[in-house]
Amino acid sequence: MHFEEFSDGNTLIHRLDPRVKILSVCLITVALALSYNLPGIIVGLLFSVGLIFAARLDGRKVLSRFAVVNGFFLFLLLILPLTVPGNPLYRVGPLTISDRGLTYAITLTLKGNAIYAAMIALLGTSSIVKLGHALHHLRVPGKLVQLFFFSYRYISVLHDEYLRIRRALKIRCFTGKTDLHSYRTYAYVVGMLFLNSYDRSQRIYRAMLCRGFSGELRTIDHFALGWADLAFLILQATVAASIVTIQVVS
Amino acid sequence: MIEIRDVTFSYHSGVPILRGLNFSLSHGDRVGICGPNGSGKTTMLQVIMGLLRAHEGELRIFGKQRSKEADFFEVRRKIGFLFQDPDDQLFCPTVKDDVAFGPLNLGLEVDEVEKVVDDTLETLGLEPLRERVIYRLSGGEKRLVSLATVMAMRPEAVLLDEPTAGLDEDTTLRLAGVLREHFKTYMIVSHDRAFLESTVDVLYRMEGGKIYRPEYR
Repeated sequence: MHFEEFSDGNTLIHRLDPRVKILSVCLITVALALSYNLPGIIVGLLFSVGLIFAARLDGRKVLSRFAVVNGFFLFLLLILPLTVPGNPLYRVGPLTISDRGLTYAITLTLKGNAIYAAMIALLGTSSIVKLGHALHHLRVPGKLVQLFFFSYRYISVLHDEYLRIRRALKIRCFTGKTDLHSYRTYAYVVGMLFLNSYDRSQRIYRAMLCRGFSGELRTIDHFALGWADLAFLILQATVAASIVTIQVVS
Repeated sequence: MIEIRDVTFSYHSGVPILRGLNFSLSHGDRVGICGPNGSGKTTMLQVIMGLLRAHEGELRIFGKQRSKEADFFEVRRKIGFLFQDPDDQLFCPTVKDDVAFGPLNLGLEVDEVEKVVDDTLETLGLEPLRERVIYRLSGGEKRLVSLATVMAMRPEAVLLDEPTAGLDEDTTLRLAGVLREHFKTYMIVSHDRAFLESTVDVLYRMEGGKIYRPEYR
């Protein structure tokens, strides 16, 4: 499990108040998502990539994350130019590459990468615990924050359970094939995981009851907003506003 | 403190797992219970905590009859329960949060909670783990942190379900020392004879849903 690969560090970005980071990501995401104007998107992309550099993250790890995301965009780049109607740029046999399709695909790819870069640089550089508490302080409904925490706490337990079952399969010489026996076995594995997690959730709930849980999660963490945080929030808002302005003007 | 009279309980399958169980625990008792798998040891602990409801019989805890969910709020406040699997007990992201969970539910102020957390971790020698993320703790550390979460509620008694399962010798010894030193009243369910001998004054045997007279005193 790869958790919090980027959260250790002591740059200005790492030290920002997690509440500010969450708000910033929301701002830039909305601005970029609404924009379909290339110069505006490039401004956003440059700013977000700049943040990654400012956070001095491990370049190899960052690139490998981007590779995963761009795997999806590769499909868009292949399909959209051929399917969206517009003026033809090239003809290759029966296929036509349209100008509108191509711009579409390129804008989407750049937008996606810009948003993803902002997430790595801002959300990735805070620990999950801090982000959860920040959500709580931003008045996100308690149930959602609890879900967030529980997923973080138990995803590794669930993963271990899965690995345990897989080892049990291996020592009895199971190799996955495309036949009924394999599919049935996979179904058993998924079924076991569901059952195990249901049982576990019951036990956890009981453990919470034993410690006086009454439906409300309280925290003892508090954040203090500094000048640097405010300055960053204003900077981020300016970038988001300029993306929107470029969009509106053109 | 705890009095169980003629309690029966069965799970959905209908086979009774507690059959006319009688038992009592008083202040200052340090009691161990051993017995084969499926003899109802864990079930009994869960009935005492109100996690399972007895079908018949009488359950008196702190001098009051306990039968409805609301009756057990006081029980859970005053009696701590250590679960078999620490992964069930520890559900917060960090050690500090988990230890603070109980005291916060008891309605303590934030700075009081901080103090309770620090005191508890110090008593158990766990201060270095304060900020640690729970899923990165070892099995032994998880067990000791579980005990800290129970201890932070300042319980009058503690029920422990297989506390030594999966622990190495050193951690087992450490756990026994902590129990002896910091807890006056407890009931331990375990298969670990050596551990029981080093922690309890009376050892009962449970079999077929009943508790028999003490093996030694």
